[in-house]
Amino acid sequence: MSVTTLDINFIRSQFPILHQEVNGHPLVYFDNAATTQKPIKVIEALGDYYKLHNANIHRGAHALADRSTGFFEDTRKSVQQFINAKEAAECIFTKGVTESINLVAQTYGKAFLKPGDEVLISYMEHHSNIVPWQMICEETGAHLKVIPIHENGELDLEAFYKLLSVQTKIVACVWASNALGTINPVKEIIDSAHKVGAIVLLDGAQAGSHLPINVQQLDVDFLTLSGHKLYGPTGVGVLYGKRELLDKMPPYQGGGEMIKEVSFESTTYNEIPFKFEAGTPNIGDVIAFKYALEFVNGIGKDAIIQWESKLLNHFNAGIREFGSNRIKLFGAAKEKVAVQSFLLEGKHPFDTGLLLDARGIAVRTGHHCTQPLMKFFGIEGTVRASFAVYNTMEEVDVLLDSLKKMVNR
Amino acid sequence: MTSTEIQNEIIDDFSLFEEDMESKLFYLMDLGKKLPEMPLEHKTEEFIVKGCQSKVWLYPVKQDGKLFFEADSNTEITKGLVSLLVKILSGKTPSEIVETDLYFIEKIGMNHMIGSQRSNGFASMIKQMKMYAFALTQNN
Repeated sequence: MSVTTLDINFIRSQFPILHQEVNGHPLVYFDNAATTQKPIKVIEALGDYYKLHNANIHRGAHALADRSTGFFEDTRKSVQQFINAKEAAECIFTKGVTESINLVAQTYGKAFLKPGDEVLISYMEHHSNIVPWQMICEETGAHLKVIPIHENGELDLEAFYKLLSVQTKIVACVWASNALGTINPVKEIIDSAHKVGAIVLLDGAQAGSHLPINVQQLDVDFLTLSGHKLYGPTGVGVLYGKRELLDKMPPYQGGGEMIKEVSFESTTYNEIPFKFEAGTPNIGDVIAFKYALEFVNGIGKDAIIQWESKLLNHFNAGIREFGSNRIKLFGAAKEKVAVQSFLLEGKHPFDTGLLLDARGIAVRTGHHCTQPLMKFFGIEGTVRASFAVYNTMEEVDVLLDSLKKMVNR
Repeated sequence: MTSTEIQNEIIDDFSLFEEDMESKLFYLMDLGKKLPEMPLEHKTEEFIVKGCQSKVWLYPVKQDGKLFFEADSNTEITKGLVSLLVKILSGKTPSEIVETDLYFIEKIGMNHMIGSQRSNGFASMIKQMKMYAFALTQNN
């Protein structure tokens, strides 16, 4: 499917959930940064797993176990290709980005951070890329430093270079902001961090469904992905890490699967990725996740970005046309994913959200788990519309019409 | 009027909107605007009923064995709902307040507003009103 022939009706036909009414109106789903909907192949794969293949994976001496293990490891290979990792073993399954970040903080951080070391994060991080670092800094005596941002929602790179020093050991930064949509210049951040000997973890929760990913070209040390924000099931996340780092990290949790040999005196640990996958993993959801990646590959990231940018531009142009004096937009970075935060003058985002819901439009309201960022703008929260590849121009018009009615009331 | 009579009147009013959720919400916002202004000195941290997104202030006043409520909210729709609760419960005896079954919420199609404790102060407010009343029944 080429860029010019992106068939939105065909894409929409793969998402059963989109074809329903909410409060008497056709559902308009603009809460994709929170979670995307799932294509039918993902849903069917999940059902098929429990109907036809269910067995615990690895080491089973029977057909179902073999089959399930094969499907599970197939997804790992799909993830490897999706992000262009050197080997599949560098892709660890977690339950989401939050767990992926905690894993790195609690293993790499615990083993290698020393008093006086510094961890750099940015002002626009999601709480899940703040709190794990606060916790490990407190434990190890390292310091947490915050890269400021500009009013337009872009990272203050000048300040970043000032903060970066030989004390910096970890830079943990969001690739694309969930609240503002800002795409950060991650290649520049990675290269600069490496020059001072720091490693970089990217929070790829929002980048996953929108941006092309090539971890080898980026030379990123850790990348985290969320399955359910990438058209996949909930409860599946990915931690990519360079082998040389994963190999020297201590395990995260102890249990089955992560061991080589156990005695009461001592235990030797399994190789990666299994060293970090203690216990029975989320087999069914991981297997189904492969079909989400195939869905994205089938359309192509370039076509996705192009379409989503059109939706975003159409929305912002509409706001400028009728409401720029009554509706404030947050986040005007030059490079953005299709996320737009806004506030109606004098209106609490919760009211706006409920009124939009009354017209069948799903948006998110609140602080989006980025309270420091909200504080930066001097607000408690925003209304956030976030677009996905299955959204249409007509749906954006429905949102614009509803907002128009609200500001004119 | 008894709390049952008031609730039935509210249900009647809302029945005009049938399934039109948007009109219901606009009507609630208008009702909220009619709520008597809460004295600023009572809008303190102590009298906040917190939700994740909307805040409610609730100030109880005892008078002649009855319990009256002053209330406000930082969101218009919650404030409208709050005004309905004040209309139903304010000026009743503590035991009446404790025993009142607030069936109107479901009947006007607003049960989703009490479903998620985290997201709005309305659900917590009902609990708080009953707590104030319950405390009074224990003291007497």
